[in-house]
Amino acid sequence: MRNPLSQKVTSIAPSGIRKFFDVVSEMPDAISLGVGEPDFDTPWRIREEGIYSLERGKTFYTSNAGLKELKIEICKYLDRKVNVQYDYNSEVIVTVGGSEGIDIALRAMLDPGDEVLIPQPSYVSYLPCTVLADGVPVPIPLQEKNEFKLTAEELEAAITPKTKILVMPFPNNPTGSIMTREDLEPVVEVVKKHDLFVISDEIYSELTYGEKHVSIASFEGMKERTILINGFSKGFAMTGWRLGYACGPKEIISQMVKIHQYAIMCAPTNSQYAAVEALRNCDEEVQEMVEAYNQRRRFLVHEFKRMGLKCFEPFGAFYIFPSIQEFGMTSEEFATRFLQEEKVAVVPGSAFGDCGEGFLRISYAYSIEDLKVALERFERFIMRLRSEK
Amino acid sequence: MRKQILKYIEKKSKVDLGELAVLLGTDEVTVANEIAAMENEKIICGYHTLIDWDKAGVESVSALIEVRVTPQRNQGFDRIAERIYNYPEVNAVYLISGGYDLLVTLEGKTLKEISLFVSEKLSPIEAVVGTATHFIMKKYKDHGTILVKKSGSERMLVTP
Repeated sequence: MRNPLSQKVTSIAPSGIRKFFDVVSEMPDAISLGVGEPDFDTPWRIREEGIYSLERGKTFYTSNAGLKELKIEICKYLDRKVNVQYDYNSEVIVTVGGSEGIDIALRAMLDPGDEVLIPQPSYVSYLPCTVLADGVPVPIPLQEKNEFKLTAEELEAAITPKTKILVMPFPNNPTGSIMTREDLEPVVEVVKKHDLFVISDEIYSELTYGEKHVSIASFEGMKERTILINGFSKGFAMTGWRLGYACGPKEIISQMVKIHQYAIMCAPTNSQYAAVEALRNCDEEVQEMVEAYNQRRRFLVHEFKRMGLKCFEPFGAFYIFPSIQEFGMTSEEFATRFLQEEKVAVVPGSAFGDCGEGFLRISYAYSIEDLKVALERFERFIMRLRSEK
Repeated sequence: MRKQILKYIEKKSKVDLGELAVLLGTDEVTVANEIAAMENEKIICGYHTLIDWDKAGVESVSALIEVRVTPQRNQGFDRIAERIYNYPEVNAVYLISGGYDLLVTLEGKTLKEISLFVSEKLSPIEAVVGTATHFIMKKYKDHGTILVKKSGSERMLVTP
């Protein structure tokens, strides 16, 4: 029999997180700091709206690019939150999570051999999605001393004549790093100078602490060259609803709609109705969640500092990214031993790119009570490691 | 800062000052001072514990009583309310708009105890012209806390 598989697909390494997940699932009594989704239930008024849409028999396809009402609300929301103005009719597509937006943006923009710059550590799907779209992924290793922000120098150094797209993953999973307006300015200059396009993954935009999120699309001349990706999973605690969106120039969005229409048809109808309510009436609920995350963030920063663990203060998403280099083992070894000895799951930093080696991703999408139990075990574990040395 | 402290202790009055200071990004002394000041100003009026008496195995009955009264010259409803709220078994007394005037909530050991309170204490008050007593059969949610607990988390242990 012939090989049924595509070489392109088999060449892609399985996610490092997946590997770890398989180990954890063998340990039913393990607790976790490894989750990349909110611990909050979707606010009730959003769920109620989803239920109501079912009662009204909203069980059919919507138009390919999404429900008109929702697209209008998305435009109002982006205007209000990041001060970027989109035309709902031609510059917005509603997708199955932010993930689909990333996938179809890359597929709509890449020709074979085009290079995509991917700052790392970052979310696990940019690289394989680039490969699947026949692009060439070029990781940019970010540095702890810059708090894992992208600098203009790092960007400039990675650019070749084949570079077409820069992925901007901020607020960042796994580091919790954010890019302020001042941080973005020099990057924007380089992007314009080299005529690059940007896929800006802003799925954690609601979750910043202190400074409000700034979209790279809000800089002059950047809306024309940016696909802004966002969604409902993180800010509105709606992971399972699978709903996101992409906004950008008409000519790119219309090609993305074409792929989406052939591959997906449309995003789930009930999720779209529920999301209208999320954007219209849930500022308060979101604010409450942000306050809770912020308290946990302060708690973790304080605790790690007390334990003498090297860690920069993150201001976005719900992750903290401490260094474990002092223990002289790889992130994976550390995470595996921690799981075996203390039954707590954390994700090795290396799952998010080679430069994540030496770090751990700790999620604070947990109650303070849960965090306390896990941190007690963490402290016991590192004390043991220190005494072994 | 005050609002944040209040929001926290509204749900969790058993407060560890050091921890609360960390959560709010301030120091322990500031938190302690603010709380003390708010106690003085009677912004913080007391610390209560939310108890599921059913689970504790203690028999108790709660009732809501709608009370219609004739307001009194110069004193409105306040005098009547006072005559009612001074009974220790009365939990709360509210002046209500709509079909009746005062809403009284009451805890008693038995149905009989509450019935006796209504017939012997409440109804005989001269200004009271009518009552309607509703017994609480089940508490689903109290003081913002859901008492009928759902099962644990549905989340997978590790996700990207």
